[in-house]
Amino acid sequence: MNATLRRLSAVVMVMFLTLMISTTWIQFVAAGELNDHPRNVRGIYSALARDRGPIVIKGGEAIVTSEPVDDNFKYQRTYSGGDAGPASLYAPVTGYFSVNGTVTGMERYANSYLAGEDDSLWLDRLQNLITGEEAQGSSVELTIDPKIQQAAWDALGDRNGAAVVLDPKTGAILAMVSKPSYDPNTLAVHDAEEATATSERLINEKPVVGSVEGEERRSVYGPTINRTINATFPPGSTFKVLTSAAAIEYNGLTPTTQIDAPNSYTLPGTSTSVGNFGGFPCSPTERMTLLEALQDSCNTAYLKVATDVGRDGMQRMFEDFGFTESLEVPMTTSIGAYPGLIGGEGDDDSDARIALSGIGQGSVRMTPLQVAMISAAVANDGDLMKPYLIQSVRDSDLELVSQTKPSRYKSPFSSSTADALTDMMLAVVNNGSGTAAQVSGVQVAGKTGTAQDDPRSPTLWFTGFAPADDPQVAIAIVLENEGESTLESSAGSLAAPIAGQIFKAAVGQ
Amino acid sequence: MTALRPEEGAPTRIAEAILLVVALALGMGGMWMVGHSLEGGLPEGFWTYTIVLAALAFTAHIVLRLRAPYADQVILPAVVLLNSVSMATVLRQDIVPYPSLQGANAPRHIMWSAIGIVLACIVIVVIRDHRSLRRLTYTAMVVGIVLVILPLIPGLGREINGAKIWIYIGPFSLQPAEFAKIAFAVFFAGYLVANRDTLALAGKKFLGLQLPRLRDLGPILIVWAVSLAVLIGEKDLGTSLLFFGLFVGMLYLATDRVGWIAIGLVMFAAGAVVAWSIFSHVQLRVNIWLDALNPDLINGPSFQLVQGLFAMAYGGMFGAGWGEGYPQYVPFAFSDFIYAAIGEELGLTGLLAILLVYLVIIQRGLRHAIGVRDGFGKLLAGGLAFVMALQLFVVVGGITRVIPLTGLTLPFMAQGGSSLLANWIVIALMLRISDAARRPSALPTRGALADPVPAVVGGGAIEVGGGTPVQAETEAGAGRSGTPDDATQIVRGVDR
Repeated sequence: MNATLRRLSAVVMVMFLTLMISTTWIQFVAAGELNDHPRNVRGIYSALARDRGPIVIKGGEAIVTSEPVDDNFKYQRTYSGGDAGPASLYAPVTGYFSVNGTVTGMERYANSYLAGEDDSLWLDRLQNLITGEEAQGSSVELTIDPKIQQAAWDALGDRNGAAVVLDPKTGAILAMVSKPSYDPNTLAVHDAEEATATSERLINEKPVVGSVEGEERRSVYGPTINRTINATFPPGSTFKVLTSAAAIEYNGLTPTTQIDAPNSYTLPGTSTSVGNFGGFPCSPTERMTLLEALQDSCNTAYLKVATDVGRDGMQRMFEDFGFTESLEVPMTTSIGAYPGLIGGEGDDDSDARIALSGIGQGSVRMTPLQVAMISAAVANDGDLMKPYLIQSVRDSDLELVSQTKPSRYKSPFSSSTADALTDMMLAVVNNGSGTAAQVSGVQVAGKTGTAQDDPRSPTLWFTGFAPADDPQVAIAIVLENEGESTLESSAGSLAAPIAGQIFKAAVGQ
Repeated sequence: MTALRPEEGAPTRIAEAILLVVALALGMGGMWMVGHSLEGGLPEGFWTYTIVLAALAFTAHIVLRLRAPYADQVILPAVVLLNSVSMATVLRQDIVPYPSLQGANAPRHIMWSAIGIVLACIVIVVIRDHRSLRRLTYTAMVVGIVLVILPLIPGLGREINGAKIWIYIGPFSLQPAEFAKIAFAVFFAGYLVANRDTLALAGKKFLGLQLPRLRDLGPILIVWAVSLAVLIGEKDLGTSLLFFGLFVGMLYLATDRVGWIAIGLVMFAAGAVVAWSIFSHVQLRVNIWLDALNPDLINGPSFQLVQGLFAMAYGGMFGAGWGEGYPQYVPFAFSDFIYAAIGEELGLTGLLAILLVYLVIIQRGLRHAIGVRDGFGKLLAGGLAFVMALQLFVVVGGITRVIPLTGLTLPFMAQGGSSLLANWIVIALMLRISDAARRPSALPTRGALADPVPAVVGGGAIEVGGGTPVQAETEAGAGRSGTPDDATQIVRGVDR
C-alpha cells in the first residue's frame, strides 16, 4: 500500500497547489479589480478611517488635509481649511470624498497614493505591518500654480466657463478653473444623508447660460463637472489653428500664400451659403494671405481651406493631436468629436460638414484642455507634451515616492509648421481679433473663437501662449454661451481680455 | 505510578516542546496585536486564553511523552498553531460590537478548543493501540450511517443557510458529519483491509481497467447511496463529496486499482449532474460559483461569497493587519468564512503559511501511514489524512471559487464545537498511529542495512513477530535538535 500512499500524497500536493493558486489569484491577480468593484465598500470606509495624505499645490500649501475628529470615521477630509472660497477655487482639481461613496477628481484618481495603497508604497506598508503603526497616506503635490489659478479664477469673474493653463514645454497643468464651482467641504460631511442631499442638489443645479430676451437657457453641465476636461464645446474659430496646421503640413501652404476669401461660400454639395461674422467681407479683392485670414478670422477662407485639405487630412490632424483619445491627467478626460470620427455627431462626414469643421463648427466639439493643447503644440515646436497634474508623490516621511517625468504625447506637425503658426497667432494678438489679450512687454500669440452653437448666445474662446519667443504658458479660456452675437460680446472683446489678465499674472513683468 | 513514568529510552520530545512555545507565541502575538489595534492595550481575556491554551497544549505534550513517546513531534505544535491563531481571529471579531459578528464568541471557542484537546488526550490514553479499533469496523459503519441520517430526522435536524447538516438537542447544536467522517474512516479501513484482495484481483479487465466483480460492488453502492442521500436530503455537496472522496481514496489505497476511482468518479459525477438538473438549489449554487459577481446575485445568493472575495482582495499580499480589516461585512466570518477573514488581515502571506501548516500535518499523516506496519493502520492513517485534505479542499476551494461553496468548516480554525472536537480526535488517532509507525521495531525492515552490534530492544515496542532481536535505533536527531528528522523511522537491523 506504500506505493498508493505515495501517489495519494502527490494527489494531496496537487489539491493544495490548486488552493494556493486560487488564493493567490484572488489576493494578488484579481485583487485590484475586486477592490475597485462598485459593491465593495471597503475602499471608502478604509480610506475615510485612515490618515489620508494631503493634496499640495506648487509652493507647498496643502489644499486638502485630513483632520482628526472624534467620530466613527476618525478623520475629516478638509478642503482649504474649510474655507468655501478657496475650496471652490480648487474644487475642479481636488474633487471630493463623500461618505456616500462618491469620490471625484484627484481624491479619486490619486486615491492609491492618498490612501497609501499604491504598489510603489509596498515598503511602507511592510513597515507598518511589522511596527503595527497605522498606515498614513502619501502627499500628492500638484503642478497647480496658486498665483495663476487665482488670476484665472478672478479673471473669469461671474461668468460660466473654464480656463486651463499648461506649461507647453512639460505638459504640466498650471491652472484649472471651472465656473460655476462648489464647496467640496459641503459634500465631505460625515452625515451621509446630508452629503447625499447636497450632491443631488448640486448635480441638478444647472447654471443659466446665455439668457436672451428673458428666455433662460441652462447649461448641460452642473457645478460639479470639471469643465476643463469633462465638458465639450464647439471650438469655433480657435479650430482654425488646427485647420491651418493641416493646410501648412499637408498642402504646403505658408502664411504668405494667397488664398480665396469670398464674401460668401457655398458649402460643397449643398446650396447653403455661409458668410462671415457679422456679414462683413474679409477682403475687397476676395483674396488674402493665410496669415491675414487667421488674423481676421475669415470664415469663408477657412471653409475653403478645410475643403482643400479634405476629409482625410482634417481627420488625420484631429487624430494626430490625440483628440479622439482619453487622457489620464490623472483624471480621465472626455474625448473630442469630429465628423466621421468617434464621437462625431451622427457620423455625418459629408463635404459640407468637413468644410464647416474648418471653422470649428459642424459637429466638432472639444474640451478646453484640448483647445489649450493646440496652442501648447504650436508653442513647443510641434511637440505636444502629455498634460499632467501630479508633480510628485511623497510618503508620510516626506520621502519621494514618484515624480512625473514630462513625456511627449504626440507630434501633430513639424517645427517649421509650428513657426508659421506662431507668426500667424502673433498677428492675431498684435493686429487682429485678439488685441485685447496683449500684455505690455510680452509677445502674446493666440486665437479667438466665437462658436455659434446657439446663434443668439455663442460660446466664446481664446487660446494662445506667451511669451512667443520662449513660451512659458499655453492657455484656453471658454465662456459658455456668454456672447450675444454682437461685436461687443464677441470672443475678442470678452474672452481675450481674460486671457490677457492670466498672461499678465503668469508671465507679466 | 508506573503508568506515569516515561518509557525507558523513549524520545524526550524536546522538539515538540520548543515548537509548541513558538506556536503559542504566534497566537499570543496575534491576540496582543488585536488588542493594540482595537482597544489600545491587551484584549480582555488575553491571559486566560493564553494560559488555557498553553496549559492544555503542554498537557497534551506530557500525555504524548507518557503514552505515545515516539509519536510525531510536529503535528501537535502545528495544530496548536492553527488553533491559537483562530483564537486570536475569533477574539478579534468578538470584541467589536457589530451585530453581524455577534456569533463570534471567544469564550466558547476556547471552551471547545479545550474540550477538543482534552478529548484528544483521552483518545491517546484510552486507545493504546490503533489496531484495537479494527474490532469496531461494523460498529463504526452503523455509527457513521446513523450520524449521517440524524439531520434528516424531523425535529432534530434544522436547515441553516440552505444546508441541513446540523442537529439540535436542547441548547446544543452538532454537525454530525464531522464525527461521521471518523467513523467512516475506521469502517472503510477495517472493511478494506479484510476484502482488499477480493476487490483488487477478482473481476474482468475492460479497456485496460481491472473492473471489480458485481457482487463486490455492494459496499461502494451503499456509500454512493449514502453520499447521494446527503447531497439530496441535506443539500450539502461538501459533506457528500467528503464521504465519497474518502471512500474512493481509501479504496484506491487498498487495491491500487484505478478502475475503482474511475467508477467512483463517474458515479459521483452522474449523481451530481442528476441532482443539478433536478434541484433548483443545486443549480443556484452552481450559478453562484460560476458567476458570483453577477449583479442579480450579488446582493442575495452570492453575497457571502462575494464579501469573502472582497475581504481577501482587501488583504492583498500582506494583509491589512490584525484588527484592521472589515470582518463585519462577511457573513459568518468567524466560522464558515474564517479563511476569508484571516486572508483580509494576514494577507496572502498569512493564508499561504496556514495552508502550508495544514499541508505539513496532512503529509506527515500520510508518511506515518507508510511507516506503520499493519494494513489497517496504513488505511486508517491514510484515510484520516486524506479526509482532512479533502475537507480543506472543499472549504477553501469553495471560498476561493475552485468548486461550488458548501457548508463545511476549516478544521481547528472555524469556531464551532463539532468541528473542533472531531478534528482533535482525528489528530489524536494520527498521533497514535505515528507512535506505532516510529516505534522501534523488533522486526527487520525491508532494505535495512546490516548492523553488527548486538540488539537492545526498546521497552514496550510492539511485538509484531518472533524474529531474532535486532538492534533498533530511535530516529536520529529527534529530541536533540529543533528540527525533527524525516518522519519515516530509520531502523537498522539484519536478519541473521
